[in-house]
Order: sequence, then structure tokens, then C-alpha cells
Amino acid sequence: MLKQTEGSAAVAETVVACRPEVVCAYPISPQTHIVEGISDLVRAGELEHCEYMTVESEFAAMSVCIGASAAGARTYTATASQGLLYMAEALFNASGLGLPIVMTVANRAIGAPINIWNDHSDAMSQRDSGWIQLYAETNQEAVDLHVQAFKLAEQLSLPVMVCMDGFILTHAYERIDIPERDAVHSFLPPFEPNQVLDPADPMTIGAMVGPEAYTEVKYLAHAKQMQALDTIPTVAEEFEAAFGRPSGGLLRGYRFEDAETVIVALGSVLGTIEDTIDEMRADGVSIGALAIKSFRPFPLGEVRDALAGAKRVLVLEKALAIGIGGIVSANVRIALSGIQQYGYTVIAGLGGRPITGASLRQLFDDAVADRLQPLTFLDMDTERVESELKRLAEGGRSGGHAENILREAGIVAGRPH
Amino acid sequence: MSNAGDKSQAEAEKRHQRVRFYQVGSNVVGNRLLDPEQRTVQARTDRSNAITSGHRACRGCGEALGARYVLDAAMRASGGKLVAANATGCLEVFSTPFPESSWQLPWIHSVFGNAPAVASGVAAAQRAKGREDVRVIGQGGDGGTVDIGFGCLSGMFERNDDVLYVCYDNEAYMNTGVQRSGATPPAARTANTKPIGEHLGNAFGQGKDVPRIAMAHGIPYVATATVAEQHDLERKVETAMGIRGARYIHVFVPCPLGWGSQSQDTIKLARLVKETGLFPVFEAFDGEVGEVSKIRRPTPVEEYLKLQRRYAHLFGKNGHPEIVERLQAIADRNIREYGLSADDGEEVR
Amino acid sequence: MEGEKPSRFEVRIHGRGGQGVVTAAELLSVAAFEEGHHAQAFPSFGSERTGAPVVSFCRLDAVAIRTREPVAEPDALIVQDPTLLHQVDLFSGFGTDGYLLLNSGRSLAELGLADLLERHRSERLLAVPAGEIARRHIGRPLPNAALLGGFAALTGRLLLQSVQDAIRQRFSGRAGEGNAAAAADCFELVSERVGGMSRA
Repeated sequence: MLKQTEGSAAVAETVVACRPEVVCAYPISPQTHIVEGISDLVRAGELEHCEYMTVESEFAAMSVCIGASAAGARTYTATASQGLLYMAEALFNASGLGLPIVMTVANRAIGAPINIWNDHSDAMSQRDSGWIQLYAETNQEAVDLHVQAFKLAEQLSLPVMVCMDGFILTHAYERIDIPERDAVHSFLPPFEPNQVLDPADPMTIGAMVGPEAYTEVKYLAHAKQMQALDTIPTVAEEFEAAFGRPSGGLLRGYRFEDAETVIVALGSVLGTIEDTIDEMRADGVSIGALAIKSFRPFPLGEVRDALAGAKRVLVLEKALAIGIGGIVSANVRIALSGIQQYGYTVIAGLGGRPITGASLRQLFDDAVADRLQPLTFLDMDTERVESELKRLAEGGRSGGHAENILREAGIVAGRPH
Repeated sequence: MSNAGDKSQAEAEKRHQRVRFYQVGSNVVGNRLLDPEQRTVQARTDRSNAITSGHRACRGCGEALGARYVLDAAMRASGGKLVAANATGCLEVFSTPFPESSWQLPWIHSVFGNAPAVASGVAAAQRAKGREDVRVIGQGGDGGTVDIGFGCLSGMFERNDDVLYVCYDNEAYMNTGVQRSGATPPAARTANTKPIGEHLGNAFGQGKDVPRIAMAHGIPYVATATVAEQHDLERKVETAMGIRGARYIHVFVPCPLGWGSQSQDTIKLARLVKETGLFPVFEAFDGEVGEVSKIRRPTPVEEYLKLQRRYAHLFGKNGHPEIVERLQAIADRNIREYGLSADDGEEVR
Repeated sequence: MEGEKPSRFEVRIHGRGGQGVVTAAELLSVAAFEEGHHAQAFPSFGSERTGAPVVSFCRLDAVAIRTREPVAEPDALIVQDPTLLHQVDLFSGFGTDGYLLLNSGRSLAELGLADLLERHRSERLLAVPAGEIARRHIGRPLPNAALLGGFAALTGRLLLQSVQDAIRQRFSGRAGEGNAAAAADCFELVSERVGGMSRA
């Protein structure tokens, strides 16, 4: 049903439509409206046979999910940022045990310094956890991906995280077509686990595996994710057939087939990027965009095919691998191995800094003219960072950069008075 | 008023000591003349062997024994409908050397600190599926329960999830090489509380009393037990299984390797720790202590400590009798606070 | 020409935490949806605290809206709290053709905005006592619903009915009715003041 509603509320309704049997909630901004929404719906009796548990930490949340999923229940939770990190050990455990848990990650920056606003550093930090990672561009897609995620997870016996930009999507009101419950019910077959904790047929789950078998087990986990490269598009097609709109899949191109310059990005920033591309196309610039929707598994072959013909590729990403640079761009570069191209990495939107159309226009103009450095930080206050670096070189006090910058700017007294 | 007849009877009694059988109906004392219903679960041929033979525990492992007693009793009580969630530790490691497993019930190991939460999740799944006949046990060693799993344990208690959690307490992180935990008693030597210089083993004034903490959560049932008293432990498991909601049993399990004790002394040590008063054995309903296991034969702590090399530095030429006194004071206090002494003339079974 | 309205219309709402600034943007978007428009509403995502300055945004369009950036150049400004006037840069990016609806019992000139009136199209800039109107209908000076009614009249972008529908969907019972009535009152007031430009 078409509604004007908040992204989080829409996700909550959709998750309920997927009929999870166990939902765990530990609150963290900006996911709170999702878990609150599900709680309200469960309490109002809109979801039968669902145990909604408030737990004492995110680590507990994922652990409860592990137990519930291993016992054969369809299981869901949501988190962001610090919470995702806090459950890191359990994330690897869940994927290693092949449990089809679905989790929303309301992407948010990681501290220190603490920051509640959107970027992708949380999900990116767990990219190797063995979870499938899908990124939504719009709230409509976020909603649709949750439906697909349960199907995907249960088919593959792999956990899936649906990433949606915190605040930017979660707290935005927009037009969303919430899938009807009956349609979702038809789309999602009941969960039939291939291994389950059942007294009628006891099994041991989670044994220690030594050097003689560990490699094989790990390879199989990798092979399974690679298999998802086929399953993800198939489920997306099935979704389109059932619900009448394209959503998800591995990649989506925008005016890119003949483009000389292609902008690669994940998540909601693609909306602003596409507006800018339309503007530049109207000015005769050969430019397009490639949205990566499945970050794990990373569609190496598909990315290569999409970008091989471009003269230059600019990867715009909302996370930073400290000590080396871009994360998405590094993955893209693997895909483009051996192809001669101009490659630019742009780190943008960290900690929720807005990415404006004006800045993107300037950036893309610079890219097209090859005026960019290989690594750029969009809209960074270069003066301020250079002054801090200079101060450090001169033997300034150590400590957190944030605190030092504030002190320099005279915002913090630093001494009692 | 006494007479000559009474006097001779008393003398006769002195000459012929009364023989008392303990643990009647266990595999310690014979069953043949006993009503089958009075046998322990372990003494039955139809016990489930939930943890069966072939595991890789050390000889004399108290935890393997404790797990066997607890799980077979729980399996009997639940009609075989039981799922176990196990923390990382000795029990998990020695029971599941891939590709083998000792477990004959559905069993999951997740990570070190989350067994109580995983158990809660399994219980939630059963509720969601309307399968409340299937019961759940969470279990782990002291490390996984008292320390790293403590947050999850408290959360499980606070929610009153329908889980029986059992802690097998051997008073240190044994599987990683005998390091100190929040359950390590004062003065005990571990790999990182060695008696070196002025340090005399683990510090006094630390540690957590998890049974009392469990009681403070107001959960329906808390009990402590040892592997020396099979009937008592099994009865407590049975009682726990008859209750819905969060339940906690703390089982004292000696570790010969970690404690430097003889493998044949495991049961003896478990008996002595109770008889000295160092480990109060009791049960509590809804946060209030009910029955306590009284001391049969008051025993100085020294008798218990001397059997373990982890306390060797307290004895001998360079010993520390003052530390032994402090440990005795702890035992005496427990006896007072829990009322562990037998009343005059009371025969303790 | 007056009748020719561009498809995209961007609104920025300023106020303080606790005044329903975020709700106002959301209601605007729901009202637009009711009329078959596309709309996007979102707050500026500050750490929430009552009394602190808050900004929210609403974009309206006839076609799907893709961009997610904050509204830098608002076509309309709604200011729920006049005490923000000399504390926050309310008029950043505010073009000379823009609409302004400011909650105050005083006039814009009295509030020190004479030069704004001179530089902009003064018939599009209005101060209305929305808090007072709200107090009459809901007993508290929460001006957001009233201001939305005023917005509909001032800009002609939305019908009063749509605004009221959105209000009643969000607030039930007396709160819904009271807020809807406040919106209607403010709509009338603004209609009279601008005369002839609004639809009822």
C-alpha cells in the first residue's frame, strides 16, 4: 500500500509482514524507530507467534538471534555503528554457523570521536564477517530489500545485512509502497532450516574445527557467498515479478553505458549523484553512475563489465580505511585489474556531512578535466587540518585530534577557571 | 535418671560404631535392596548419557562429572526434550573434537560470553513455535559465567527467560591454562596469581558471589551443589526443571590439573569444600534461602587446602598460617551466615 | 508569470526542539502526498534537546525526488520561533522571491526585518500570531499546525483540506480537531492578508 511515511516505520511494517518469529531489540540511534515500530505492531497483535525480546546489549541481541535461528526460528534484529562493532564476535559466529538471520544496519559513523550521523564505516568495518551486505538507495528499496533478504538468507543459509543510511533514509518521510502482507507471505516460503536444534533429531552445532578441516570450511563459506552472485539477481527478479518494481540485484547503472566518466557509489547519495549527472548530461558531458547494491558478495565480473569501457572511474564512498584510503575503491580496483583508466577515490559525507549537488557538480567537473588527486576528501576544511598537522610537527600535545582542533579554535578552555 | 541397663547400652553403642551409608542409591553404594525410585539417575540403566563416553576430558575432571549428572537429570525431568547452549571452555572443547561429539542431545556452542543469551534465544524460538515442552539449559564454566558471560547472564535473569543456567565452577580459566577468574578464591595460585615475592596467590577482597547475585535478581530458583553429592545435585536439577522462568545452579567441580590435586581426590575435594564451610550448599526460592546442606563432620579448611598444590605455598617451612587463618575465618563466617552447623543431636544425612 | 509554478518547491522550517518542527515538515509532506505530489521531509538530525534550535526540510515536486541534500535555497521559510531571529542564520540561501511565514504577534518591521521587506517581495513575507491561534484551539502555543494552514494560503501550493487531512491522520480526537481548526484559522487570516492569491 502506497503511503507517505517514515523510512523506519516502513521497514518496521515490512519486517512484520515477513513474519519473524523472534525479534531482538537493543536501541541505538538511528535505528530506534524501527525496533519501536515493530514493538508497537507486535503489541497490537499484528504479528502472531513472534517473541519480541528487549536485550541488554547488541552482543546479546545477536546472540539471542543465533540461538533462535539455530532452533529454527525466523529471526531479525537491527543496529548501527557502535552496536554493530559490539556484536562483531557474534557476527562472525552467525555466518560461520550458517544462520539465516536478517539485520538492518542503519549506517552510522564509528567513534572515537563519537558521531551519531550517517556514513558507511560501520558496515564496511564488518565487510569480511561473512554476512551478505546489501545497500539501499531509497526507502522503497530498503523496504523491498528486507523482503528479499529473508528469502536470500534462508535459501543460502547465510545471514544478510540490509544497509540503509542512518537519518538520511531512516528518518526521512517519503512515498513508499509497503508490500502487502499476503503478497509477502506468498513470496517467502516458511523457514525450513537444514540444521536445527531439535530433541527429535539431536545434533551438535559449533564444534571446534582444527587445522585439518578449517580451510575447507572457510572455502565453502566463500563459495556460498559467491553462489549468492547468482541468487541475488534471481531473487530480485522474483521480487519484481511478484511486486511489480525493480529493486535490489547486484548493480544498477544510470546513463552509464556510453559514459566516459562513471561515478560509483552505494546508498542514498546516488539520488543526488543522478540529479547532478542529468545536469551535466544536459551540458553535453559524457557521464553516468553505477550503483553497487550488493557489496558482499562483491560482483567483480559485473563491475568489470560495467566499467571496462569508461575512460575514468570515480568512486565516491562514505567510509575511510585509515592507513590506506578508500574501501569500495579498493574493491572496484580489483575488478578493474589490468584495465588502463583514470581512477579517483573521493571520501565524502563522513560523520553525516551533507553531500550537496553543488559540491558534486564541482567535483565531477574536476574529475572530467582530470584535475583531481587520486584521493580526495570532499568539502574538507584543508586549512584547519593543515594547521593541526603543522602544530603536531612542531611537537604539539598529543591526544585526540578532535579535542586538539577544538582547543585551537578556542572553543574549549582546556583548563578550569 | 539413668540406670545400669542404659549405661551398658551406651557402652555397647560405643564399641559398635553405627555405620551410615551416604549416597545410597548412587553408583557409590549398592542399589540391590533399594526401591528403584530411590536410585539416582546415574544409577539407572535408562539414563540418557546426554554426554556420552569418548570425550577428551582429563582423568578426574570434575566438570565432566558435573555435566553428566546435571544433563542426565535434566533429560529425565524433561522427558528427553532438552536443548543445551554451551559457552566456550573445557566442557565445550573436550566434548566436541570435530568430527566427533559426545553430545546426545541438541547442543550449540556459539562464543565465550554469550551462552546465556543463546539459551534465551533458543527458549524464545520454542515459545514462538508453541513448543514449550522443549526445555533449555545454558551452561559454562566460571570464566564464561562469572566474568565474560556475566552481562548476558544478568540479562537472562532480568528478563526471567525460561532457561536453567548451570555454572560448573572450577575457580579459574582452565582451558586456556589456569588463569585467574572472578571465581578464583583468595590465596589460590593460578598462572597469573602466582605466589611471588610478597604476593601470596590470588588477592583477598575480590571475586563475585554469583549465587547471591542471582538471588538478588529475584529469579524463582537458585541453588549451589557439588559433584560429591549426587542425590542432592540431581534433586536440585529436578526441582529446577519443575519451575518455569530463569533458574541458576552453581556446581562446584574440582579440576585436578588446574588445582594440582590427585585425580582420585575429585569427589573428596568436593565433599571437603562443603564440610569445611568454604562452599555453602543451599537452595533459594524467589531470592530467599531455603534448605541448606548441613555439615556432617566439621572440618578445618586445612584438610581441604592441603590436598591441592595451588595452596602449597601456605604450608611447610615458608608457609603462611595467617593466610590459612583468614581462609578459616571465611569458612566460619559462611557457617554462621548460612546456618551450616548441624544442631545438637541432629543427624545429618 | 504568476500562474506558472516550477515543479520543485523547497521548504525549510526553523524552530526549537519541542515545537514540532520535524512534525511540521512531515505533515507538509503527507499533505502533498494526499494531493498526489511527491514529497520528501527530513530533519537536520541534530542531537535532540528541547529548546535547542532545530531545522527541518520538505521538498515538494510533481515527479520523484532523488536528491537527499539539505535545502540550501528554500523557496519558503517557516519560522516557528521568533527568538531565533538573531541567533541562527535563518535567511541563508533565501532568495528574493521566497515566501516567509514567521510566528509572531508583532510585524516583521517591528521585529527588525525592514531591510528584508525592502529587498524581497514583501507580499510574500508575513508574520502571523500562530502561537496565539494555537493556544485558542489546543490550549498550548504549539504553532506548527497553524503555520501549515498559513503556508497553504500564502504559497498556494497546498489545499487547506490536505493540510487538515494530514493533521487528523497524525493527531486523533481533540488534538486532531483543535490543530485542524488552528490551521483553518491561520489559513483564513493569511488569505485575507494576501488577498486573492490563495485557493480555499
